[in-house]
Amino acid sequence: MSKQYETVIGLEVHVELATKTKIFCSCSTEFGGAPNTHTCPVCTGMPGSLPVLNKKVVEYAMAVGLATNCQITRHCKFDRKNYFYPDNPQNYQISQLYAPICRNGYVEIETENGSKKIGIHEIHMEEDAGKLIHDEWEDCSLVDYNRSGVPLIEIVSEPDMRSAEEVIAYLDKLRLIIQYLGASDCKLQEGSMRADVNLSVREVGAKEFGTRTEMKNLNSFKAIGRAIEGERARQIELLEEGKQVIQETRRWDDNKEASHAMRSKEDAQDYRYFPEPDLVPVDISEEWIEEVRSRQPELRTEKLIRYKEEFDIPEYDAKILTSSKQMADLFEAATALCGKPKKVSNWLMVETMRLLKENGQEPEDLKFSPEHLAKLVELADAGTINSTVAKEVFEHIFYEDIDPEAYVEEKGLKTVNDEGALRETIERVIAANPQSVADYKGGKEKALGFLVGQTMKEMKGKANPAMVNQILKELL
Amino acid sequence: MANIISDETMEYVGILAKLELSDAEKEAAKRDMGRMLDYIDKLNELDTSGVEPMSHVFPVSNVFREDVVENGDEHEKMLVNAPKVKDGMYQVPKTVE
Repeated sequence: MSKQYETVIGLEVHVELATKTKIFCSCSTEFGGAPNTHTCPVCTGMPGSLPVLNKKVVEYAMAVGLATNCQITRHCKFDRKNYFYPDNPQNYQISQLYAPICRNGYVEIETENGSKKIGIHEIHMEEDAGKLIHDEWEDCSLVDYNRSGVPLIEIVSEPDMRSAEEVIAYLDKLRLIIQYLGASDCKLQEGSMRADVNLSVREVGAKEFGTRTEMKNLNSFKAIGRAIEGERARQIELLEEGKQVIQETRRWDDNKEASHAMRSKEDAQDYRYFPEPDLVPVDISEEWIEEVRSRQPELRTEKLIRYKEEFDIPEYDAKILTSSKQMADLFEAATALCGKPKKVSNWLMVETMRLLKENGQEPEDLKFSPEHLAKLVELADAGTINSTVAKEVFEHIFYEDIDPEAYVEEKGLKTVNDEGALRETIERVIAANPQSVADYKGGKEKALGFLVGQTMKEMKGKANPAMVNQILKELL
Repeated sequence: MANIISDETMEYVGILAKLELSDAEKEAAKRDMGRMLDYIDKLNELDTSGVEPMSHVFPVSNVFREDVVENGDEHEKMLVNAPKVKDGMYQVPKTVE
């Protein structure tokens, strides 16, 4: 390859909002219900039914817009996007084309090459479609409309990204902002966050953009990274062969690590957008914006500063603690209970991260309560249990969220600080291991470790190790 | 009739609407659509400079619902309207993108 190419990427990110009800009707949005049990005439497009907008959707969209430095559209409207597909029972999707709720924002991302602003073109509100299941046996399709009408926001970026690394940093930034706002859980695997990648390549230094393709079906950060590398290589190969890139929508198959064309521009849909007559406009006042702004929770950037100032937590640690809302919430709640931020941070950074990794889980999957972690910190700190026992108890907190106080009591795991009992055990150990005693007296320091180990074993791991050391040395 | 709908336009509109029209129906639809466009031309004669575009026929805005679940499980009633039902779902001709 003689020429140098640059990749230009823009993203369309769909995020399912965490409302209790759908965008235009009061059906539940709960995930996992039996097919069509969360449906009504509105979300199945029955003639004569009328949509009524969920206020919470507008407020979540505004919250995300404010957190991504967008302008909020004061006079905002909905439009119909017309297309026929069985997952879309109205034969149109209610969306926003002409006056989306947020415009002209940006987020700042950090990569190895420093920080960079990624522009946000717009954010609009729309409804999700139903789910189609293909029945191979009977050669038909089955439709479940539980997801039809679930509120979405679509965040459209400017074509400001140049690498997979930047794309992932941008998505991660969006995910954290939205999670902290409580507007969505943003799980790529479960589809509550979906990203379509618009990608083109051009020679370095070229002014014009190349022809772009749109890649769909990307449901993990890894798949996104692979799809970007794959599509960049495919487009460069076409250009090197003197061929043209065709503007089309492609579907990524992560198992095959390849994509195939879904539809090209020639048979692209003509959506015939027009203003939605069934919904009245939304007028957003300065007061309403300020009200939403005043309710904005503390975001990650602010937490990073506060953790350092208030708790003296190093930046690296603070970044890990705030890498998910669950973790940050746990840290703050447990710290408030026991007043020992560094100890709490240590349990989260070391043991929690280790167990998450071992189980292939994400911090979002954390289930244990801050009360139990705080109690464990206090038990360990007071010397009621030693560090080995504390780790064992923590595993039970991690998996079963047990109450450490009750557990330690029930299992008799309290550290033995009783000098009389320790002295007795140590005397027995010394009597039973004359060789080690002789070795130690002959100058072999290691022999002492063996005797400590034997004592701990006799005491079932519950002895106070400092005391064991001290008494052993004294008796020898 | 000032506006003439071409065969290509008729074909395209038919595809978008997923309608298969007979030649007679196409001719009738072309006449109807031509008349509609003539009417729009008539409206276009009005001077609307300085008139705010209207976004809705009623001067009403901000009609909202609170985010409270009110609808229960009525899937049996809902599925009465289905062309065919299988496993609690609407059965339709195989549709794969």
